[in-house]
Amino acid sequence: MKMFTKLSLAVAFTAFGTTAVTAADMADEMTIVSWGGAYSTSQQKAYHEPYMEKTGIKIINDESSAEAVAKLRAMDEAGNVTWDLVDVVASDAIRLCDEGLAMEIDHDKVLANAPDGTPASKDFGDLIVSGCFIPQIVYSTTFGYRTDMVGDKKPTDICAIFDTKTWPGKRSLEKRPINNMEWALLCDGVAKEDVYDVLATPEGQEKALAKLGTIKDDVIWWSAGADTPQLLADGEIVMGSTYNGRLFSVIEEQNQPVAMLWDAQVFDLDGWIVPAGLSDERKARVMDYLKFATDTQRLADQAKYISYGPARKSSAPLVGKHADLGIEMAPHMPTDPENAKNTFLYNYEFWADYRDDIDAKFQAWLAR
Amino acid sequence: MSDSTNNGPVLAADGTPLKRSLRRSLRLQKFRALLLIAPLLAFILITFIAPIADMLFRSVENKIVEETLPQTIALIDAGGPIETIVPNQKVFSALYVDMFVAAENKEHTRLGTRLNYEQSGISSLFRKSGRRVARLDVEVYKKQFEEVDPQWADVATWQSLAESANSAELLPRAMWAYNAWRDYVRADGDNPDKEAPEDFIYVALYDDLIALDDVTSANDLIRKSADAAPDFETVNFKEAFVKFDKDWASENVWKTLRTYSTPYTEGYFLNAIDFQKDFDGYSLRPDNQRIYGVLFMRTLFMSLVITACAVLLGYPIAWLMANRPMREANLLMIMVLLPFWTSLLVRTSAWKVMLQQQGVINDTLVWLNLVDEAGRLVLINNQFGTIVAMTHILLPFMVLPLYSVMRTIPESYTRAAKSLGATNWTAFWRVYFPQSVPGIGAGSILVFILSIGYYITPEIVGGTTGTFISNRIAYHISSSLNWGLAAALGTILLAVVLLLYWVYDRIVGIDNVKLGG
Repeated sequence: MKMFTKLSLAVAFTAFGTTAVTAADMADEMTIVSWGGAYSTSQQKAYHEPYMEKTGIKIINDESSAEAVAKLRAMDEAGNVTWDLVDVVASDAIRLCDEGLAMEIDHDKVLANAPDGTPASKDFGDLIVSGCFIPQIVYSTTFGYRTDMVGDKKPTDICAIFDTKTWPGKRSLEKRPINNMEWALLCDGVAKEDVYDVLATPEGQEKALAKLGTIKDDVIWWSAGADTPQLLADGEIVMGSTYNGRLFSVIEEQNQPVAMLWDAQVFDLDGWIVPAGLSDERKARVMDYLKFATDTQRLADQAKYISYGPARKSSAPLVGKHADLGIEMAPHMPTDPENAKNTFLYNYEFWADYRDDIDAKFQAWLAR
Repeated sequence: MSDSTNNGPVLAADGTPLKRSLRRSLRLQKFRALLLIAPLLAFILITFIAPIADMLFRSVENKIVEETLPQTIALIDAGGPIETIVPNQKVFSALYVDMFVAAENKEHTRLGTRLNYEQSGISSLFRKSGRRVARLDVEVYKKQFEEVDPQWADVATWQSLAESANSAELLPRAMWAYNAWRDYVRADGDNPDKEAPEDFIYVALYDDLIALDDVTSANDLIRKSADAAPDFETVNFKEAFVKFDKDWASENVWKTLRTYSTPYTEGYFLNAIDFQKDFDGYSLRPDNQRIYGVLFMRTLFMSLVITACAVLLGYPIAWLMANRPMREANLLMIMVLLPFWTSLLVRTSAWKVMLQQQGVINDTLVWLNLVDEAGRLVLINNQFGTIVAMTHILLPFMVLPLYSVMRTIPESYTRAAKSLGATNWTAFWRVYFPQSVPGIGAGSILVFILSIGYYITPEIVGGTTGTFISNRIAYHISSSLNWGLAAALGTILLAVVLLLYWVYDRIVGIDNVKLGG
């Protein structure tokens, strides 16, 4: 059965990915997987283009990060990994590492030191949440609201989400328990430091769902990051959660009457993993790229194109102005002290343990 | 002619019996036909049937538990009453050896993920334990064995043990540990014949020797060591594991392990129908976790509604197309096909623009003063939105078979009916409609089966009440990675579709379905 499985999967995969297979085998090409959209563009400009110019290696973009874990697992079973480097969120990096699908990285050996000589592992600090993960950016999931629809009183507090009396209208929330459950508990009077202890109990989960239940009829649930910006632009919702970079583009690039509500934003990380089982030649090529693309200057460069904070401490002072708009980027970073007065950090361990359980309850609650 | 020739076998021209000759030529024909379709058959088998079968097989497959923790499972699987569930030292020391090997091969976290589907918390329990196991100091075993006989430190001793016939029987766990060690040392690119055996192998050796009661067939080395082993200083593995994480002392973890230790499990299927399998047997899930029953019923119900809508909307169009002059019919045909050629996502997003509260339909209604600003209708992110968008998307699959059947219905039949005194309605209902039923059948099957498996459109316009079972399957494939559950849900969906097809065949008869002509 095993042999048969491998064979059938391999055939199925080659049917889909013939181009990718030949590409990976060629000497000077590399397939890098990312999210697409403005985020991929920022990587293209800050990392890929200078690197291609420097080395002559051709980088092929694949926009499959949203299904990266499932696809890598399927590739691994088929015994034919066609990707060289994959951009994933930290929780996926941890899962890939858990499943043995990503390679363990010796950060100090592979990555460049900071300009002042600080080793990479210190420069990234505790953002290295998994031995396989090379952090790139810090982003946050936070709220934006329509300035013309909230009346005279601007929302400043996360609990505005649950206050439909003061701010009537629809809200948008992501169609998953992560983040929403934390916000619900926080606004139900649970102290910030107790949130995860409470959420680990069935009673706490019920409590969070009950709080979300008070606005259930006013919520549009989103599953793609582009939904909330669109709903805000259309005036369908008065406030909604999404990634801070998306809101930046609605506000600054599209000039929509939208403002940020940074309160209780949830920090999360995005970065690279190297698939396990690459040939030595491919591995060497990827490591060379990684050393280049994650150095202090390159990470700071990416912030010219998108409002996500660089993961290296040494990059922060180098963040400059937006490449096209010419505005200072620092105040738009989620990590800016003005914005980061009250923040969460995505609790990787908690959600790795409780995601299946709470998600089942959350989805059953949604369907009711 | 005599009777005997009449009774004997009929012969072909070349003298062989006709029956055999006929059979051979038939076989040859069949073989030739098979050869002709062989490429297609092979293609479908390899790229379609085999992957599907493999995927469906995952709904019962559960080998990972036994493969990752073989020694532990063998011990706890021996059965026993509930009191023995939180295991003794012996089981914990087997768990140590299993876990050490699993951590070296990076398999323990995979198992943690698998078991976390059944019980929250096991994922981090395994991740944490794997990390700590690698650091646990068990050198004391190796040292004591070396004191008994320095040969034990020599890898050559182990090699000769591995070669001797009865050592697998005498020292099953030590041999297993030794071979597992060799495997991962080799996987790291080193030569196990030149490395010193690692400490954990001696833990397995100790466990074997303690359990050994008949040493008659053993050699001196083993006999000597077995005599000395009971006096060895040991590591308290239970205490060590409980120190890693107190959950190791809890009954629940061990209950889950024992419940899911079998190589095949019905657990995924039970999950897929809102049941759960735990140590005490099967039970319905608590009310706040039941979801799949609702989703299956909703998927079937909404697919039926969508099919009905498609019949109602498609029938008149198909009739017009079949009965108007060629030029008009062609224009209609293009209008039916145009959306068919447009990307699915574009069509679905267009419905979003139409149906949302600040969308075209609501704006028009407000402008006409039919609804006021505050009373804008909620037309999307619910079942209504899904039904509208999917009916539109699947309409061509209804219209095309209807049209091709209707085109073949001679107009003279209805004319004859009318000339015999039938009203328009009677002529249509008694004469025309029955002849178009095969088209309705074909269109309905197509639309129904397509809609039952749809997930992109419901995901975009369905909100919370308009999503299908396929949305959950997609979630389990790409997000939760619970492929076993996804496979079980998929298998059930496939079975339901086949069952409905069978019912349809019994009631309507599949011969009555026509795609054309």
